[in-house]
Amino acid sequence: MARGFIGRSAIIVAFLAITLFVFPAALGGDWIKTLTSVAIYAVVAAGLVTLYGRVGMISLGQIALLAIGTWTATRLSYATSLPFPILLLVTGAITCVVGVLIGLPALRLSGLYLALITLMAAGAVNVVLTTINFPNGGKGFVGHTATPSLEGLKPVSRPGMAVGDTAYYRYTVVVCALLFLLIAVHFATKPGRAWASIRESEPAALAAGVNIVRYKLWAFALASFTTGVAGALFAAQLGQPTAFGFPTQDSLTLLAAALIGGIYSLWGAVIAGAFSQLAPFIFQAEWGVDPNFLLIIFGVGLLQVLLTAPRGIVVQMPQDIMNLGRLGLRLYRMVTGPRGST
Amino acid sequence: MIEVKGLTVRFAGVTPIDDVSVVFPGGTCGLIGPNGAGKTTFFNVLSGFVKPASGSISAFGDDLLKMVDYRRARWGLRRTFQTEMAIEQLSVFDNIAMIHEHSGAGRATRRADVLSAIDYVGLDVAPTAKVGVLGARDRRLVEIARAVVGSPKVVLLDEPAAGLPDEETEHMSGVIQRIPEQFGALVILVDHDMSLVQACCATTAVLDFGRLIATGPTADVLRDENVMRAYLGTENVEAPEDATVEAAGSEA
Repeated sequence: MARGFIGRSAIIVAFLAITLFVFPAALGGDWIKTLTSVAIYAVVAAGLVTLYGRVGMISLGQIALLAIGTWTATRLSYATSLPFPILLLVTGAITCVVGVLIGLPALRLSGLYLALITLMAAGAVNVVLTTINFPNGGKGFVGHTATPSLEGLKPVSRPGMAVGDTAYYRYTVVVCALLFLLIAVHFATKPGRAWASIRESEPAALAAGVNIVRYKLWAFALASFTTGVAGALFAAQLGQPTAFGFPTQDSLTLLAAALIGGIYSLWGAVIAGAFSQLAPFIFQAEWGVDPNFLLIIFGVGLLQVLLTAPRGIVVQMPQDIMNLGRLGLRLYRMVTGPRGST
Repeated sequence: MIEVKGLTVRFAGVTPIDDVSVVFPGGTCGLIGPNGAGKTTFFNVLSGFVKPASGSISAFGDDLLKMVDYRRARWGLRRTFQTEMAIEQLSVFDNIAMIHEHSGAGRATRRADVLSAIDYVGLDVAPTAKVGVLGARDRRLVEIARAVVGSPKVVLLDEPAAGLPDEETEHMSGVIQRIPEQFGALVILVDHDMSLVQACCATTAVLDFGRLIATGPTADVLRDENVMRAYLGTENVEAPEDATVEAAGSEA
């Protein structure tokens, strides 16, 4: 157990070292901006890993929660002069409350019905944000004005220590790593075990003494808090977010990406973040291919995952690589073997 | 001791438990009956999944029906399910520890309690192994370990040996028999395997179509005319001495 723990820690440290030092040194500005988005969407996907992978509740409203986080942070930033870390926490707390409210139906609904309710909530959030048309240049927390004008609207301020894109990328990665740590600690302790027992069987969880209402709401609270903080990071990354940046169907594609990446593992969330943000960037900016082709790849990938690898890439890939290695070794022996024996 | 008085459960149009009054004195008590007799429904009433229309259940002096469902585990009520429900995602250790941490038992003794429960049921797999990779027998044993860890007062076992081959049923039988002396808990065993019930239970109650048709020392109950009729139909049949009455299919 200790050896596994050390091994896992080593992988995490190496991964963080690469993201914090190798990527900024090796990659250009657009890449770094995209990787910032990858980190943020990875946190959103981690919310899906928590809700679906761990507790078994399908939420299709996670991008709406990200939008709420972004909107709240933007407004707080215009209306107050909170230090950035406090802004992150307050945004997280507000999004947490909203998320728990959306999660209340989850206590009575499950499966398809919960998916539909959260999808509709996401749609509703989108309608509200588009109607408010944030930020349209108004003042204060609501920021609405009859005469919209983006001129002179100052961007959401980044923390003083991380104003540049690369510095802000590092800042984002560190905050996101802390959010992942928060979720991982939950998974490894009492709430994580209670969630896993709810996912296995609600009657069995009840018989084991789990207060199902409390733990389901706790899961929604955690996923909403982390997504809200991610939204605040997103607000400062964009500077001037638009209401159109959070289409409802993005929640669906993110769920698909999380399923492909591996919905039962936090690494799967990292892969999902990369899939949903990095892949469109590479398609469009690097290869000049219409990113809508990605939807086809997502579709095929999802089918492949559902049919052959229900635990996602994060479990499947190492096995495939191992099989490939074995195959290569066998081929190598076939080629060299006769020669070696003569 | 569990004292059930006038217990009636009604679902729309059916009465799965009809005015049952029975006493489970202690030790390991059997609860048998043909499919659909109301055994699992009775467990579900004890667990709090089903609210009875009338009746009372007093367990060691406490009114069980007044307790909130998830609080009953903390009080000391444990159960296993007909279809085994150990948590696949978690390790053997975590499976058992999660009940311990919701049972109100102290954190200080958790590790020792969990390991001793694993030891008690005779599981020889690594505590860190995920339950998802275990076979049927080991999963059943994990469930029993979950039911006895900490300080259980009442352990409900719903067909704990279903689907196990004979020699593994024998091991299971030993594990079940020792629960009362080892943990001081009252065990109620539901099973269709009469040899298991005979081996484990000093007293047995028999349900048929929701009614209590016999109760008392197991040997007497199994020879009871009403019981034989319930199981084997109305024809006159030889007494099943040590026979295994296997009912086809599983109870709804």
